[in-house]
Amino acid sequence: MTPQSLDTTSAPGQSRSGAGALMQLASRWRVPLTILALCALPWLLPSKALAVNVLIYGTFAVGYNLLFGYTGLLSFGHAAFFGSGAYLTGMSIVHFGANWLLALTTGITGALLLALVMGTLSIRTRGIYFSMVTLALAQLVYYTALQASSWTGGENGLRGFTVSRIDVFGLQIDFLNPLHKYYVVLIFTALALWLVSRALNSSFGAVIEAIRENEVRARACGYNVERTKLISFVLSGAICGLAGGLSALHLAIVPLDTLHYQTSGLVVMMTLLGGMGSFFGPFIGALAFLVMEDLFSLWTAHWQLFVGAIFILFVLFLPKGIWGTILGAGER
Amino acid sequence: MSTTPILTVEDVGKRFNGFVALEGVSATFGGNRVTAVIGPNGAGKSTLFNVLSGAIKPSTGRILFEGRDLTAVPQHAFAHCGIARSYQITTIFPQLSVHENVRVSGQAFRSRYNIWRNRDLDRALIANADAALAAVGLHDKRNRIAKFLSHGEQRALEIAIALVAEPKLLLLDEPTAGMGPEETKAMVALIERLAMDRTILLVEHKMKMILGLSDRILVLHHGRLIADGTPAQIQADSEVRRVYLGQSHGHA
Ligand SMILES: Nc1ncnc2c1ncn2[C@@H]1O[C@H](COP(=O)(O)OP(=O)(O)OP(=O)(O)O)[C@@H](O)[C@H]1O
Ligand SMILES: [Mg+2]
Repeated sequence: MTPQSLDTTSAPGQSRSGAGALMQLASRWRVPLTILALCALPWLLPSKALAVNVLIYGTFAVGYNLLFGYTGLLSFGHAAFFGSGAYLTGMSIVHFGANWLLALTTGITGALLLALVMGTLSIRTRGIYFSMVTLALAQLVYYTALQASSWTGGENGLRGFTVSRIDVFGLQIDFLNPLHKYYVVLIFTALALWLVSRALNSSFGAVIEAIRENEVRARACGYNVERTKLISFVLSGAICGLAGGLSALHLAIVPLDTLHYQTSGLVVMMTLLGGMGSFFGPFIGALAFLVMEDLFSLWTAHWQLFVGAIFILFVLFLPKGIWGTILGAGER
Repeated sequence: MSTTPILTVEDVGKRFNGFVALEGVSATFGGNRVTAVIGPNGAGKSTLFNVLSGAIKPSTGRILFEGRDLTAVPQHAFAHCGIARSYQITTIFPQLSVHENVRVSGQAFRSRYNIWRNRDLDRALIANADAALAAVGLHDKRNRIAKFLSHGEQRALEIAIALVAEPKLLLLDEPTAGMGPEETKAMVALIERLAMDRTILLVEHKMKMILGLSDRILVLHHGRLIADGTPAQIQADSEVRRVYLGQSHGHA
């Protein structure tokens, strides 16, 4: 009985033989490798602002996939966490003059608490009911933001909190310089990726996968399924809140659309496009989506039509998504 | 065969919207014995197992395990008390590897959710999972994805998942369902081995197998316990013969 380590951390269901050794190594070092690749990203993309968006939506999608891909819960309400993170970050600056880091922390904490509430209310429902309850609760958040216009700016969105210089551990950084901004955001993205990767590698990751695979069996094995789902929901909500907060700092405005259900739909699309079965897939999905949007919108106002068509082709013919398909090819 | 009981079922009943699935079932179980639960389709056998494993709460009555009242305890706590089960329909983690299926089950009894520690570093847990797989004869399939196993292997895997928890009480709901004669024989041998150091409750339809394997038989009919005795007593019971043994299930 040689205890041999099992890599169950990347795409679920993959066989672990032959050429898998290299993949296994890459999987062990996935966070450092990802960060290395992301360091070069601003020079590979047409604009630095696009690169910042990739970090933000990549973080959003990775946080979302913790719940969707790994725990098996299809939430249609994650705009609430992205949006509340963004609003609370912005509002902390606008209304309380908070510094950027405190504002961001407030955004994350607020999203986390909101996830705790929404999770508690939705986690006991199953399948399509879960999706609908999360959607309805997120709509409630949307209308609250719309009504509380003295706090949120209502329909016009939240404005007036441009962060121009920030202090990162004693270092003064010009936040209006897109490249500097990129690397500041990358610090947070890296932290989020590392946290999610840790969670997935740990016994917690094993349990959420087990719940996704068979809830009845997980419960019979002695797991408190509801509590575990809630922890996953809250962690996912906090990561998405971070992404939202970063988006607020990046754009210096929080459009009301941030809370719209289209934002929830967007993250589902990005995740599916990249591949929900892998750690890194959703990030690739966000990258692919935003690059397509950037390129297609240059030559047509109907870019959504093309991106939508490509998305449908993927769902129909490459259901594992871009990254899942590449990983699958590497296995063979 | 007097042994101190580990499980006491007191006057247990279960209703589904007025439909009586179980009524007034009382019995005690204990010792390293195999007790078979038989009865026609819909008699309430699986419902009884669901109650005993905490999957559903009884409408009336109590369940005591090692003197502790488990009636109101949530299902996941049953596993921690030492009760494990298999299901009538195979219930495993299909996309996970065979070894991970068993490892994750064993992990339920460790301090949970330490996210700073990799799941694959707990040597004792890995060894326990390998031992459970060896016990059911699946050790050479440990790295396969569970859904690619044959039906019989999946049934055996489910037992390994239950076994790694080192249960004192093992509930097996038709472990040989859908199996061929060879696989059934292997399963019978496995159950005999498992019964050497734990209490086993077994639902089965294969009479020959039950008579060879069990020390005691309970007969359920329309949710009621109509007989409880040794295989010889059950075979001689006229009511049992009328409702069950005389039927198509192949009298031994
Ligand atoms: N969750 C439920 N809701 C409603 N009725 C149920 C439920 N579970 C079981 N029943 C009913 O209770 C009765 C007993 O079912 P049970 O599954 O316990 O039978 P069984 O003895 O295991 O039969 P089989 O040999 O077919 O497995 C059946 O009539 C079944 O339809
Ligand atoms: Mg049954």
